[in-house]
Amino acid sequence: MSVLADKNTRLLVQGITGREGAFHTIQAVKYGTNVVGGVTPGKGGTKHEGIDVFNTVEDARRNTSANASVVFVPPPFAADAIMEAAAAGIELIVCITEGIPTFDMVRATAFLNGKKTRLIGPNCPGVISPGRCKVGIMPGHIHLEGHVGVVSRSGTLTYEAVGQLSKRKIGQSTCVGIGGDPIIGTNFIDVIRLFNEDPDTHAIVMIGEIGGAAEEEAAAYIKANVKKPVVGFICGQTAPPGRRMGHAGAIVAGGKGTASEKMAAMQSAGIRVVKSPAEIGDAVQAGMK
Amino acid sequence: MKIHEYQAKQILARYNVRIPRGEVAYTREEAREAAERIRGTVVVKAQIHAGGRGKGGGVKLAKSADEAADIAGRMIGMNLVTAQTGSEGRKVQKVLIEEGLDIRQELYLGIVIDRQMGKPVFMASASGGMDIEEVAVKNPELILKEYVEPGFGLQAYQARRLAFGLGLAPELMTDAVQFMVALYTAFEDTDASLAEINPFLVTGGNKVYALDAKMNFDDNALYRHRDIKELRDLNEEDPLEIEASKFGLNYIKLDGNVACMVNGAGLAMATMDIIKLAGGNPANFLDVGGGASAEQVKNAFRLLLSDKNVKAVLINIFGGIMRCDVVASGVVEAARAIGVQVPVVVRLEGTNVDEGQQILRNSGLNFIVADGMKDAAEKVVASTTGIK
Repeated sequence: MSVLADKNTRLLVQGITGREGAFHTIQAVKYGTNVVGGVTPGKGGTKHEGIDVFNTVEDARRNTSANASVVFVPPPFAADAIMEAAAAGIELIVCITEGIPTFDMVRATAFLNGKKTRLIGPNCPGVISPGRCKVGIMPGHIHLEGHVGVVSRSGTLTYEAVGQLSKRKIGQSTCVGIGGDPIIGTNFIDVIRLFNEDPDTHAIVMIGEIGGAAEEEAAAYIKANVKKPVVGFICGQTAPPGRRMGHAGAIVAGGKGTASEKMAAMQSAGIRVVKSPAEIGDAVQAGMK
Repeated sequence: MKIHEYQAKQILARYNVRIPRGEVAYTREEAREAAERIRGTVVVKAQIHAGGRGKGGGVKLAKSADEAADIAGRMIGMNLVTAQTGSEGRKVQKVLIEEGLDIRQELYLGIVIDRQMGKPVFMASASGGMDIEEVAVKNPELILKEYVEPGFGLQAYQARRLAFGLGLAPELMTDAVQFMVALYTAFEDTDASLAEINPFLVTGGNKVYALDAKMNFDDNALYRHRDIKELRDLNEEDPLEIEASKFGLNYIKLDGNVACMVNGAGLAMATMDIIKLAGGNPANFLDVGGGASAEQVKNAFRLLLSDKNVKAVLINIFGGIMRCDVVASGVVEAARAIGVQVPVVVRLEGTNVDEGQQILRNSGLNFIVADGMKDAAEKVVASTTGIK
């Protein structure tokens, strides 16, 4: 089993004819993901890489029964693409796009309120359930089927953690990149809840970073609800305050959102917190014994 | 993006947020003329992108135009050190000359996007003029909050709630509500990430003013605000960071001597962390982006090596979909083109990692090949201390 994405996922690619969209569509198909269609306004009725292209998400959903969508649309139009997919009733939207204006995401997440749609991202690598389904831009081959759920705000740092796990023959149930922006659709707490309820996920890795308070909220949830072993790491321990460290959401503002605060909150929730990013794999191995 | 106080006030004035009469001056003479036009007591305020100017000596009262000229003459060109500039301070290029107002009450107003709620929050506090962050930590109950529904804007009832909460007199209500609604409209219209009025002033004449104003903007939204984009003041930014932004590199200069070049922001932060854990000090944050092409690596090398503190470079690339042999060829090509003199430790991970390492070893250049992040950090720190 896995969470969010599996063999039943029927995926649409919004922005399938763009460079990134096209490249990662091929990668997803190679991995075994069921890509049922693509959307590029104005190119409906054509085929791209052998996949049917539609003008609207509504058309695509009617013709393909898609239940998930991955968004590769450029930043100025990405929030609109998210809302279009939600309006068409798509259950899972994964938005890869980096650089969406914050206010666009404020409006898009308000639009999603009360709908059954779950949004992952934006500015994220996506979701992968190893051996079953890949919705995003992560390299499929570093993953291994198994029982550890990984959730992270970062892209390549998640690959680093996954690489350490796979090297130790520790597989993953699902890996979720929730994104590095200040406003995101799904937070740590939501994914950890899913992992906690998934009988096939036996341990959880949580990779946070400076900025915001999502790690602290998740720590409180874990303390109250999660019995599975959890390993945590926070990057940005050496980041100077007041500076945005690449990700739009990675900033210590007004003395809040520091790595040490987050690590302390996680430790007091019983999470095995590692100081070094090189120790994630070992900590999971030790925790699962 | 940050802008100056006078620029923020010009934007706010367009939305009918009341500001004191004022003019910008670049010279002593311009300051005198401005003070003559404004008449009476004026305030001379240094314009730099950092707070804490008052305590640092960057805000002064002048009773006459001559005095204003004297103060401005001293202020312009001086290195202003405040709690927010760091010890090196910031050079003052211009001052704002403003009418002196009769201060009855100093309050605080601020708007940011609340990440947990996913919507803007309008904050108000009676403890104005002070360090609001300190208030937030010590007495959070003194900060009143109203969450704003995006698209609807701040409603008058919300502004009234804040105004009564601040203890404003009933006769000030209309004015204060108009002010707050206008401030919010300016915030949403300009895609601001922060709007702060500290102090928010009540005068003896029962009027409210933005005595100080600070606005930051969402970089990702600047494409739709050309006028605001033009307000960027390169004098206020680190020259290396300006250079980096031209190449689409995400670079932040730090104080250490171990430079690092990484793909991805999270991994870049983690690399800084592990350098510190290995006993070194990171010289920078640098995200070369997911691709890490030869061209980008070359630009990154040039940038890192222009920092004279740098004693060694750590390249940490998690190839992922990019093949390591391709990344390695790019690194070799870039290092050769630039003529790198300091030790370079390279850690590659992903597809074809063995071929990639082989390319580095066979390059004839002085690369130290590392296996894993810990090994890389230890090797790069050792190379700076001379201990192998």
